[in-house]
Amino acid sequence: MDTKQNSWKDTSKRNIRQLAYWTGGWVVTMAIASFGQKYFWEGNTVLSIIFIFIATLVGIGMILMNRKYINSLDEMQRKVHIEAMAIALGVGVVGGLSYSLLDQANVIGFDAEIADLVMLIGITYLIATFVGNNKYR
Amino acid sequence: MKNKIKVLRAEHNMTQADLAVKVEVSRQTINAIETGKFDPSLPLAFKISRLFELPIENIFIDEV
Repeated sequence: MDTKQNSWKDTSKRNIRQLAYWTGGWVVTMAIASFGQKYFWEGNTVLSIIFIFIATLVGIGMILMNRKYINSLDEMQRKVHIEAMAIALGVGVVGGLSYSLLDQANVIGFDAEIADLVMLIGITYLIATFVGNNKYR
Repeated sequence: MKNKIKVLRAEHNMTQADLAVKVEVSRQTINAIETGKFDPSLPLAFKISRLFELPIENIFIDEV
């Protein structure tokens, strides 16, 4: 039974590591696709398409790995993450649309960027996970 | 929902980490179940009852 028990922990650790690799890979390929067309191959649409395609493929890998990671968690950890995702999604939709309306109404002096929304969702998810983990501690 | 996991663990000379490893969850989950902050699923409750060789109703007590 010990082998089976250790394998659950090992699988969990391996999934965290793999998710970190996929996330890191996606960030790097996104950075290349984003800054490459600005600094390295300005105007070369073919290269832009290739790198955007690669970033998208790695992104899909990251999504699938994230699903695998969530499924490998135990039931309480999964509950914490599902609640955090619900909050992050809600804040993203409500906050994002309000932010966009503020831009349309010219209340804010700058353009509402998609990157701001990604950051909002990410930070909300982190805080909600932290709060959720503390709740059950 | 109340439970007797802490008592049973002590009787079997087990730490939270030992029990967590045996039922394949994290130590935090065992702690949350013991303190009544988290109710386990039926499969996990069965796993715990099998481990302590007791019926579920002898380990978990419903608070109505």
